[in-house]
Amino acid sequence: MKFTWGRRLAAAVMVMAAGAVITGAFAQAKKTKVAFVYVGPIGDHGWSYQHHQGLLQVQKELGDKVETTHIENVSEGPDAERVVDQLVQAGHEIIFTTSFGFMNPTLKVAERNPKIKFEHVSGFKRADNMATSNIRYYEGRYVAGIMAGKLSKSNTIGYIASFPIPEVVMGINAAYLGAKSVNPNVKFKVIWVSSWFDPGKEADAAKALADQGADVLFQHTDSPAPMKFAEERGILAVGQASNMAAFGPNAQITALVNNWGPYYVSRVKAAMDGTWKTGDVWGGLNSGMLNIAAYGKKVPADVAALADAARDKIAKGEFHPFTGPLKKQDGSEFLKAGEKIADKDLSGMNFYVEGIDGALPK
Amino acid sequence: MDLAIDILIGVMAAATPLVFAAIGEIVVEKAGVLNLGVEGMMIVGAIAAFAASIATGSPTIGVLAALMAGVLMALLFGILTLTLLSNQVATGLALTMFGLGLSSLVGQSYTGMAAAPFPRLDIAGLSTLPVIGRLLFARDALFYLSLALVAATAYGLTRTRAGLVLRAIGENHDAAHAIGYRVVAYRYLAVLFGGACAGLGGAYLSLVQTPFWVEKMTAGRGWIALALVVFAAWRPERALAGAYLFGGISVLQLHTQAVGFRVDAQILAMIPYLVTILVLVLMSADRTRLKFSAPACLGKPFFAAA
Repeated sequence: MKFTWGRRLAAAVMVMAAGAVITGAFAQAKKTKVAFVYVGPIGDHGWSYQHHQGLLQVQKELGDKVETTHIENVSEGPDAERVVDQLVQAGHEIIFTTSFGFMNPTLKVAERNPKIKFEHVSGFKRADNMATSNIRYYEGRYVAGIMAGKLSKSNTIGYIASFPIPEVVMGINAAYLGAKSVNPNVKFKVIWVSSWFDPGKEADAAKALADQGADVLFQHTDSPAPMKFAEERGILAVGQASNMAAFGPNAQITALVNNWGPYYVSRVKAAMDGTWKTGDVWGGLNSGMLNIAAYGKKVPADVAALADAARDKIAKGEFHPFTGPLKKQDGSEFLKAGEKIADKDLSGMNFYVEGIDGALPK
Repeated sequence: MDLAIDILIGVMAAATPLVFAAIGEIVVEKAGVLNLGVEGMMIVGAIAAFAASIATGSPTIGVLAALMAGVLMALLFGILTLTLLSNQVATGLALTMFGLGLSSLVGQSYTGMAAAPFPRLDIAGLSTLPVIGRLLFARDALFYLSLALVAATAYGLTRTRAGLVLRAIGENHDAAHAIGYRVVAYRYLAVLFGGACAGLGGAYLSLVQTPFWVEKMTAGRGWIALALVVFAAWRPERALAGAYLFGGISVLQLHTQAVGFRVDAQILAMIPYLVTILVLVLMSADRTRLKFSAPACLGKPFFAAA
């Protein structure tokens, strides 16, 4: 009887699967296996890079008690489910999936594997074995908005956005409110590039914004291309996710630095000693999960002092960037005078605040 | 007016990598070889250019390195498909995936570095002209090279003996072989030329346009170049126009957004491919247009009968 290719393949898969199960069982007896799934390359020097810093901190603090695995460049969608499934098969006990688009795939795998613990970043769906966490980036964007509003000479601020999800929309709104609070004439120009990571397109968008008069750039995309462009053009920019000063030693006025390490370490520890519970953590400036990078060369002392004051007030809980009276772009009121936005309204934000031009893509 | 010039400069920057890659692929396909590995050759060119430019501090050496890297990738493709007669489609796809992986591997230690800025080459006497001076005569050397390449390729393919032989081989390799032309040798040269061009396209991306290295930075531009070849009906001058059209769409949509007028980016991203399909349909629907269509031996393996 001849072996067909199909049968050979099936046999090979079975042998490999058996191997994986055996090695998985061995490893489990000794170490806690922890896995991380990244949407971009670690080398993006932005979002995924910072998550990897979190992994490195887990390794450093928990040493040989854990064994970490990471998979980078996982596209959002069906492929992610396969990847997470494989990590479960390979015996990982706690799996971190670090992009919004991994939410549904992670939830599906979590439902099938009730004993495995899942940690999803930036989503809103939870289960008994699937916790979520996120950072209040908008707090940092508000502070950076104040700086941008003060530093812009053309009163035009450019914003390179990725996808119109609440996360990004609230960031634009917060930055605008920050800038507006110190500069009533400020205008925002927003370009959506429909990608988290496309350096060529991000650079093109940065150029388009600068050509139209923007002299401070924000980005909610993950590559340092806009920062590098700002440096060459001689304008200013705010770094995203990581400190991007290396790309814009003169251009960077500050950067919002995501700091996942402490949270990841605490969650892995909890999984190891059996105290892990599902939950939802949304940490801001007060928690250490969000840091504001050292101010750049072109930030004068008075602007730095303003930014510091805003940062401290937000961190202490004395001020919320979304405090009424605030209106939506269409003029309808959504916060009364003195009212602070509720977290659930914030995490579903799908409109521009009054004063931002242009339509929000659907 | 200044804004219009700025926009056009942006269009040029977005189009130039496409011009390089598409011109190379036109020559390859005119010889009857389908190399779907453009994306892979481009990205390897991009990292080679960047690495060499960092190591030596010279953008010129970076460009040469990209050229060599593209040639090496193409040589691999040539050996597999022309000598070992593997399937061109499968090999080309594999070359793209191999290139993406290889460049990420090599590029690991280069992420986060900044290369020396690419020098602008002002053409004396012309660069100070109003409007067109800034637009056309104060660009980088690679931009001029891309235009020269289009002209040389258009001339070479249609007005020289070598171009004629190349096209004959692409149309009917058995007949060309029968009258004594060296089919495989010509095809090797065409494939290597295609690799060199794709490498240059990659170099433009990592040295001029962004300019730094990040994984996957070609982001599908190799595939757009392939679509462009069909769109241009295998003609270099049309490929130039097509590259500026496709590049223009991508830049213009950013500008329309910045002024507050919105077109869905996803729709604009589809346009190059939709237009290509439309062109394909128009070409095959009308017999009189058949002469514009693909080289008859495109993608077919050549067995030299003894």
